[in-house]
Amino acid sequence: MNYSSLEIWTIIGLMALGSFLIRFSFLGLVGNREMPKWFLRHLRYTPLAVMPGLIAPLVLWPAGTEGQTDPARLIAAAVAVTIGITSKNLIAAVTGGMVALYGAQYFLG
Amino acid sequence: MSRTQSAYWQGFRAGAPFILVVIPFALLFGVVATEAGLKVIETMGMTVLVIAGTAQFAAIALMRDEAPTYIVLATAMAVNLRMAMYSASITPYLGQATLLQRIFVGYLLVDQSYAMSITKFETNPDLTMRQKLGFFFGTMTLIAPLWYVFTLVGALVGQAIPPQFALDFAVPITFIAITAPMMRTPAHLAAAFVSVTVSLLLAFLPYNLWLMIAAVLAMMTGAQVELWMERRAL
Repeated sequence: MNYSSLEIWTIIGLMALGSFLIRFSFLGLVGNREMPKWFLRHLRYTPLAVMPGLIAPLVLWPAGTEGQTDPARLIAAAVAVTIGITSKNLIAAVTGGMVALYGAQYFLG
Repeated sequence: MSRTQSAYWQGFRAGAPFILVVIPFALLFGVVATEAGLKVIETMGMTVLVIAGTAQFAAIALMRDEAPTYIVLATAMAVNLRMAMYSASITPYLGQATLLQRIFVGYLLVDQSYAMSITKFETNPDLTMRQKLGFFFGTMTLIAPLWYVFTLVGALVGQAIPPQFALDFAVPITFIAITAPMMRTPAHLAAAFVSVTVSLLLAFLPYNLWLMIAAVLAMMTGAQVELWMERRAL
């Protein structure tokens, strides 16, 4: 990498400022004012609107296989979803998913 | 123990499982950033000041390819834009906190603290502000320091983690485990379905645009299904 020290710290500084302003945005500007009802109705679905979309490409085209779809990872994701929905237990879902991943990698070669 | 203390410790326990993911993720970032050419102090500066793993990985990947500064910044911001939705979503619960408290919440508003806190606040509407803040900061008590410390370990040790551990997959698995229990109603299920489908269909778009479009459409779907169910009084 050929950036000068100043350029690197500029990138870090602006990334930090931008990330903070994005996170602080509504907390800071809206604060304790009421938001419209229709807007709140949409916000109720924020976690399920963002997170599944964020990871779906990582499941189908994993970074660890340079984008090649991997049956072991698909099995692991399915196991984690199933355990997560049925048990509603985070640790059980993560552990089950990783055990399924290592197991499937072992048996599928 | 006072109610605030117990809310703090509930948050602490809710955040504890994530150390299993934060440690390898932080190690990996330390390794990748120093291998790409950042000094240890620069790696640590980024990790402590930015505290957003996905955006940091995206920035390092572009810096390794000598991308122009504004491209690095625009991409990192696009990856972080989902946090504006988190900020909006948590404001009805924490918007009445003092300015200083909201500044700290803003700094520590990451996927894990957001997901754990919003679930807690929705299911316990009678929590006081002190309890809500206690819970929120409790979730980050382990995550933030471990993120710093293990980035440093990764940057100093600089040993690549063997690929057969498939640690790239620890992050998706954790997000699945966070969101699966949230699918309580048909409206939630519909939102998740639209989110996955649209992001896969639009995955070719640059700058995380696919995620923003998928998220907005998924929120609209959730809200419409909710309205439809109310009208039919299901």
